Amino acid sequence: MAYVAIADRDHEIEHHDPTTFITKYVWSQDHKVIAIQYGVTALFVGLIALILSGMMRLQLGFPNSFSFITPIEYYQFITMHGMIMVIFLLTALFLGGFGNYLIPLMIGARDMVFPYMNMVSYWLYLVSVIILLSSFFVTGGPTGAGWTLYPPQAILPGTPGTDWGIVLMLGSLAVFIVAFTMGGLNYVTTILQARARGMTLMRMPLSLWGIFVATILGLLAFPALFVSAVMMTLDKVAGTSFFMPAIMSMGETLSHEGGSPILFQHLFWFFGHPEVYIVALPAFGLVSDLLSTHARRNIFGYRMMVWAILAIGGLSFIVWAHHMYVSGMNPYFGFFFATTTLIIAVPTAIKVYNWVLTLWKGDIHLNTPMLFAIGFIFTFTHGGLTGIFLGNVVVDLPLSDTYFVVAHFHMVMGVSPILVVFGSIYHWYPKITGKMYNETLGKVHFWLTFLGTYAIYLPMHYLGFLGVPRRYFAMGDTEFIPESAFVLNQSITISALFVGVVQLLFLYNIIVSLKKGKPAGPNPWRATTLEWQTPDTPPKHGNWGDNLPVVHRWAYDYSVPGYHEDFIPQNVSPDEAPVTEEHGPDT
Amino acid sequence: MTITLVLLAIIMATVIGWLLRQSLSSEPWNANDPVENEPGRGVLNIDPAKIGLLSFLAVATSLFALFMSAYMMRMNLGDWRPLTEPNLLWANTAVLVLASFAFQLTRNAATREQLSTVKIGLVAGGLFTTLFLLGQLVAWQQLNAAGYYMTSNPANAFFYLLTALHGLHLLGGMWVWGRTTIRVLSGADVRSVRLSVELCTVYWHYLLLVWIGLFGLLLST
Ligand code: HEM
Ligand SMILES: [Cu+2]
Repeated sequence: MAYVAIADRDHEIEHHDPTTFITKYVWSQDHKVIAIQYGVTALFVGLIALILSGMMRLQLGFPNSFSFITPIEYYQFITMHGMIMVIFLLTALFLGGFGNYLIPLMIGARDMVFPYMNMVSYWLYLVSVIILLSSFFVTGGPTGAGWTLYPPQAILPGTPGTDWGIVLMLGSLAVFIVAFTMGGLNYVTTILQARARGMTLMRMPLSLWGIFVATILGLLAFPALFVSAVMMTLDKVAGTSFFMPAIMSMGETLSHEGGSPILFQHLFWFFGHPEVYIVALPAFGLVSDLLSTHARRNIFGYRMMVWAILAIGGLSFIVWAHHMYVSGMNPYFGFFFATTTLIIAVPTAIKVYNWVLTLWKGDIHLNTPMLFAIGFIFTFTHGGLTGIFLGNVVVDLPLSDTYFVVAHFHMVMGVSPILVVFGSIYHWYPKITGKMYNETLGKVHFWLTFLGTYAIYLPMHYLGFLGVPRRYFAMGDTEFIPESAFVLNQSITISALFVGVVQLLFLYNIIVSLKKGKPAGPNPWRATTLEWQTPDTPPKHGNWGDNLPVVHRWAYDYSVPGYHEDFIPQNVSPDEAPVTEEHGPDT
Repeated sequence: MTITLVLLAIIMATVIGWLLRQSLSSEPWNANDPVENEPGRGVLNIDPAKIGLLSFLAVATSLFALFMSAYMMRMNLGDWRPLTEPNLLWANTAVLVLASFAFQLTRNAATREQLSTVKIGLVAGGLFTTLFLLGQLVAWQQLNAAGYYMTSNPANAFFYLLTALHGLHLLGGMWVWGRTTIRVLSGADVRSVRLSVELCTVYWHYLLLVWIGLFGLLLST
């Protein structure tokens, strides 16, 4: 018996609507509810990470004024801030949140193919978050090893949180990885097998390409973090010596011998670099769709954009050691990794050009999502350029572990993805809730955040040139650091606190608009993609009512000459939308 | 990291190659493009559960390859004292081969809808697997009795870790096996379990392959 595609079997498959409150909103298997659960949880931990960064900035800007921040706490804050932002906020939000919401809607499916596993994925994620946060309340507090968790210091006394903190951190990561894998298998299988009739891969919106390839990267790269977490837990708990060298600690010789901290670094960064793209690729995808929709213009070079995503995905596995230049390596390896790092800049640059060219002569609507999307082009280009500096071994050596690096990675993987997160939340808010957010408040939020982040991170590059080291509690009386650096640090802190408080505008906006927002209607942006063509807004369980949509065109038919509207939804057939002129391919 | 890179390169090349094939000749901007309008284009002729399993096998491959890479990197350091693997492992390997074999027979019987053979095959597959797992536990005991403790040398630690990891994967499989077997024994239709049987078979073959790889690595070092 030959296999029949899901979309063609739709009428044979029984759909059960959940009936009780619990199955509808708590133990829900509906991808939209799971997406919101993921999103809200991620934003919640993100808020904690933001508060932690505010505390760090207080200490850095005004050393010795806050007795409640000791060096021990400072290290714990750094570690939790970094890990939460990268894994528990951004990864979870882009894939668990946007991935869950958008995949079935954009491909025209009723749900994920394994809804039960999808639900388990969220609850495991929640467990991992709870384990992580519980480390604030155990003896010794959370680990202070830095988000990279390098051994041997990560598990030796002297580093904060070696009683329980580090074990909880590693356990939490392991659970997160299991949760992610369950979600990830779903995203991949759903995109491959549940697409509506006519929705070929090359007709998918770029959002889905970004999420799809990022998921593949995650599935293959997270095991490296899992392996290192397991082996480090054993070193800590069972006394093995995978990573632990023979070492004296607190005047005593420990029983460990012969282990290799460098081995950990290889494993960690084998995960760590692809992780950058696990966060960046969904952001690339989403931002492409925001730009195209709000510029009323087809995305420039769609095929090239897809290829660039694939190329970046493939290359991201062979650049990891650029994080280990200072750990020492064979110069030929250094040369190899510097080269691959620079090569990855090529597809990345192509994407940036294509975004800019999409805007060229577009009918740009500068509403909130668009502002955030354009802001992203700035911050990403900026962070990308400093990355090219750091990719070179000779430039990296003096700048490594200074504030230049802090500025670089915040621009490229902190600020840029966060801008896309905001832009995308504003963009899809009307679909998710059926209400319109407050546009003025949104714009104010954008400008204060955008300018504010520049006020924070631009000066940090300069601090890096001065040689101000990263991960230091206080500078003290260091000769090479001039007085001006302290003033600069104060100004950075004030900007950071300001930007932090500004985020309340966002929370206020999305919470109050739930009640007070104007009804948005099904397609307020006049967008082409399928999620805007659902029969109900917000979409009901099963998404499409009685009949699945049928797709006839790509996602970017904006301003097609000869058509009476400036957009043609993907489910409009060529007969319904006769176009007089052939409009031009860009690739 | 060579093993990992080679295996991941193969996986990535397959995935990316397939995706590129979807895109090369197509003109997505043209709604009348004959390539994009081919019926059924891009939907693989495979059940989603199988795609899910194959993707999971890719994840597991990455996991095992990374452990093996870590093993090989750690091996080169001075304190490594190789251990003598118990001969029991050969017997265990044979039993695992039998388990795989039993699953293959079950699968064939399931396609031909021969209920009684499916029953026997499933039970046999489960029994052999349980035997294998017990055998592995005995091997652990033998090693422990011979003084190869987990903490005394990284070679020992890796041995316990790799075998445990492989065993856990089998246990996971046993869960699906258990559900399927119960359904078959309590009189379910063969057709309703064919997919589960097929998935189990693929998974068992895969874990046999992994075991042979691991065992080879352990023996040769
Ligand atoms: C207003 C927002 C933010 C502020 C003010 C901020 C501030 C800081 C500060 C002060 C540090 C410690 C630097 C040091 O002493 O070495 C830090 C580290 C870090 N931040 Fe942020 N951050 C923000 C947002 C983010 C975001 C969105 C991400 C997501 C990628 C992120 C990722 C990290 C990472 C990975 C570290 C390194 C942690 C470590 O050294 O182990 N941050 N941040
Ligand atoms: Cu990197």
